[in-house]
Amino acid sequence: MSLSINDVYKVARLARLGMTEQEAQTAHAQLLNIFGLIAEMQAVDTTGIAPMSHAQDITQRLRADVVTEHNQRELFQAAAPQIKKGLYLVPQVIE
Amino acid sequence: MQWEIVIGLEVHTQLSTSSKIFSGASTAFGAEPNTQACAVDLALPGVLPVLNRGAVERAIRFGLAVGAHITQRSVFSRKNYFYPDLPKGYQISQFDLPIIGQGSLTIQVPTATAGQTYKKVVRLTRAHLEEDAGKSLHEDFLGMTGIDLNRAGTPLLEIVSEPDMRSAAEAVAYAKMLHTLVRWIGICDGNMQEGSFRCDANVSVRRPGAELGTRREIKNLNSFRFLQQAIEYEAQWQIDTLESGGSIQQATVLFDSDKGETRAMRSKEDAHDYRYFPDPDLLPLAIDNEWIEQVRATLPVLPQDMQQRFMEEYSATPEQAAIATSSLAFARYFEKSALLAANIDSTMIEKVITQILSPDERQQVADIIAQDVAKTKVRLTCNWISGELLAWLNRTETSIEDCPIEPSQLVQLALRIENGTISNNAAKQVFAAMWARECGGDADAIIEVQGLKQVSDVGALEKIVDEIIAANPAQVAEYRSGKEKVFGFFVGLAMKASKGKANPAQMNEILKRKLAG
Amino acid sequence: MLNSSLLQLGAALRSKKISSVELTQLYLHRIAALNSKLNAYITINEEMSLVQARAADVQLAQSEAHALTGIPIAQKDIFCAMGWRTTCGSKMLSNFVAPYDAHVIEQFNRVGAVNLGKTNMDEFAMGSSNETSYFGSVKNPWNPNAVPGGSSGGSAAAVSARLCAAATGTDTGGSIRQPAALCGISGLKPTYGVVSRYGMIAFASSLDQAGPMARSAEDLALLLNVMAGFDERDSTSLPRETENYARDLNKPLNGLRIGLPKEFFAAGLSADVAQAIEASIAEYKKLGASVVDISLPNSRLSIPVYYVLAPAEASSNLSRYDGVRYGYRAPEYTNLADMYEKSRAQGFGEEVKRRIMIGTYVLSHGYYDAYYLQAQKIRRLIAQDFVEAFKQCDVIMGPTTPTTAFNLGEKNDDPVQMYLSDIYTIAVNLAGLPGMSIPAGFSGNGLPVGLQIIGNYFDEARMLNVAHQYQQVTDWHTRTPQHIEV
Repeated sequence: MSLSINDVYKVARLARLGMTEQEAQTAHAQLLNIFGLIAEMQAVDTTGIAPMSHAQDITQRLRADVVTEHNQRELFQAAAPQIKKGLYLVPQVIE
Repeated sequence: MQWEIVIGLEVHTQLSTSSKIFSGASTAFGAEPNTQACAVDLALPGVLPVLNRGAVERAIRFGLAVGAHITQRSVFSRKNYFYPDLPKGYQISQFDLPIIGQGSLTIQVPTATAGQTYKKVVRLTRAHLEEDAGKSLHEDFLGMTGIDLNRAGTPLLEIVSEPDMRSAAEAVAYAKMLHTLVRWIGICDGNMQEGSFRCDANVSVRRPGAELGTRREIKNLNSFRFLQQAIEYEAQWQIDTLESGGSIQQATVLFDSDKGETRAMRSKEDAHDYRYFPDPDLLPLAIDNEWIEQVRATLPVLPQDMQQRFMEEYSATPEQAAIATSSLAFARYFEKSALLAANIDSTMIEKVITQILSPDERQQVADIIAQDVAKTKVRLTCNWISGELLAWLNRTETSIEDCPIEPSQLVQLALRIENGTISNNAAKQVFAAMWARECGGDADAIIEVQGLKQVSDVGALEKIVDEIIAANPAQVAEYRSGKEKVFGFFVGLAMKASKGKANPAQMNEILKRKLAG
Repeated sequence: MLNSSLLQLGAALRSKKISSVELTQLYLHRIAALNSKLNAYITINEEMSLVQARAADVQLAQSEAHALTGIPIAQKDIFCAMGWRTTCGSKMLSNFVAPYDAHVIEQFNRVGAVNLGKTNMDEFAMGSSNETSYFGSVKNPWNPNAVPGGSSGGSAAAVSARLCAAATGTDTGGSIRQPAALCGISGLKPTYGVVSRYGMIAFASSLDQAGPMARSAEDLALLLNVMAGFDERDSTSLPRETENYARDLNKPLNGLRIGLPKEFFAAGLSADVAQAIEASIAEYKKLGASVVDISLPNSRLSIPVYYVLAPAEASSNLSRYDGVRYGYRAPEYTNLADMYEKSRAQGFGEEVKRRIMIGTYVLSHGYYDAYYLQAQKIRRLIAQDFVEAFKQCDVIMGPTTPTTAFNLGEKNDDPVQMYLSDIYTIAVNLAGLPGMSIPAGFSGNGLPVGLQIIGNYFDEARMLNVAHQYQQVTDWHTRTPQHIEV
């Protein structure tokens, strides 16, 4: 499964990374190299091996259902690019 | 040629926790925008999720209520997509290992004949925990959309059915049953206006016996009426499309309730590739048997079981049983009333309702209810609940919790009808006065004040009849010559003369006797 | 004063030989004089640092002091610190002032340490040379033409050049150990889960772990005592008893079994690094340790596995940078999709975008099993190698890096070459084990060599003991870069 330039465009679109044709071509060449490095892994026989998601084999701890947070809108929205009436503004969403 | 409609539902129920599924922010509805969006909800750099025990417990309750398998080791995954109301750029959800496995729900589907239903079992594929997104507000911002993230992170249980429903009516019956159940077991407030219970309907059509057709998914239906209308419109649209030689493309559609139409969403679906993978910030969720049993012990008797009992013990019709189990509060009202009507003492009633009856006590209660005299009173009470009481609740949009008439008061009224103190018509008048809390809702006091007591005094009734016979010799002659239709004329006069208070059965008997001469 | 250990500094502060304000100013002056050469810090905020120093002096006067009270610590710019600009080395967050404290920052605040400033780093910790920082590359104090390593290059350079008493770092694939090795300092990556990740900006969540960077093992122990600890806000934080990581520092090493993985001494290891490592092993034998030859047969796969798993997690972790709630938003755009694409294209640097692309691809429809799932399975094989190895030895040793610091720009055009420089450090993150690097000599061209010590899970105290005993009989860790006046 060789990565095509179309794959590069598709992935860039999925990741919301704007890319010029030139950038896509450079990315394509580099990604091909990197996937060459990764290919070594694919030949390994992993039949019967359980995938490892976490370093420790422990289970999820649970929080008590208690409200611990209070309103900090002003503080948090100080970092916002554009707000109005307490709302974050973005270009119109079309459904 | 016939078409078969195939429907599966995905229902998003907001779980009634105080705090969010992965943060300590409040889930209360209606706060000022973004005042309940904490650092975790806003996906600030560096924040991490921690799972809310209350959300897990509610999911377990649901699983037990639908007889489903509870996954003892389930996994949270990330569903990756970009949307302004999704702060992390991914939704934490469950993918290949959901907390709740297969289950089923028995529904009663109404038929065209009023009061008639048929039973159907709908299979549930799964139910999984996930977080809700925020809200996009499209008004008022001059070409911009406003984002409110108060809702982001509210716990959802997404309940997925098999494509087992074959009509809009079945889909609605299923959705209503689910709506009843989630409120019944106390995991969701069921407030559809506030979005606590939202349906997505997958609709396809096919020739009977053929493979499943291509489905279109109708998103975000937040009322049963819209659910019905949207499915009906969508199914007909698909049939028309296919019959005119077209084909159906898989799509996500929205229902425009103003036009009563479905339309494909403008945002392109083709780019969706959710790239699910286990969330490395969360560990596998372990649920042991002990926890499951603890939850089971707190689960109320389920509506379907209670319906069965109401039909058996109180001789309720299937329709009455369904009405009585529309909510846990309604069931309590119904059962308390029925038991009061059967003259069960109040300590025992409390035990029945809280389900702490010993086998002996249960038998005792059953014996009392089984007596004919009790049966009549109970049946009359049931009829008044499913009749006049329900009509008033619906008309005034009152919930049973806010019903102004107490079960004891309703039973008092029913007993006055049963023993002939008042007529059925007069009882409706009394009921209206009770609803308005006249005389403190006391039926006897209202009967007294309004002078509605039936006249059952034979002497008084005979006197009225004698006067009528004397005043209408021509009609008497007609009757006696065999024209029995005239009898109605005399009944009318007699009731009028008694100002409607005459006991009708008694009055008929006296009239017949006197007219016979 | 600049060469004092943390214990000595603490003693000086408590005996009023120097105040925290004076000590902080001493470092601030050095930073003012030298940071333009090294670029070790992204953000300095004298006022905030001095507020903390003054508070520390009050604490010291009331003799309520902790070992680190009043000591200026440099914080990697990956930790959110309330009121401090927190950039993670990215244009995306170049104006982001954190509205809350990371757990690590809270822990230091709690004991009255002074936040001296935020250190430079590879953008979002993605890099091995510190050249991916939006704020420019950091220079290696031992040679200004060489890289300091990455991603915690700013912290390593700051410790090495005495621009702080000690620093913090984070390590996803070697980001503490590799720059520590290249800058001639000591650095420890604890067992995954020992230090809370809350408030530490995520790169690859299942691998990221914060740890201390300092001049000696003894300093590391004091710092880890503060950084470690259960935090209920991080689901992967381990609820464990508090431990004193300095408790075993002075234990003799008699009977210590050192495992030497043959894979760490194979082709690709430069001769001068090999020589220094062999000399330090010889030193350990003198201290009473014995050597066992071991094998980590799957460790060769750690780079491909890492370059699937880490980018996959990163691609998702970095989706939150969308220009909506905070961070960079492109100045011009035509619609929502365009705003996303432009903000992210302009806000992220090349290496970050490259890794987002890799990660997005390996998770996408049709490739998940072949890449992500396969990598997770091999991750288990790699972890099992260590389980087997620790049946035969107490600690594993080897080089931290295959070469000493390479030159700035040398590997920029070839990501694969850059990735290969982490060959010895990555397996430790995949297994979740603790690992550290300590100075172990110099190459012919005067650049430091790092000795890597890998311990079993939760064996940090023993590793620190092993490192400390070595530092009692060697002086590599006390050497200072000749290019920097001390």
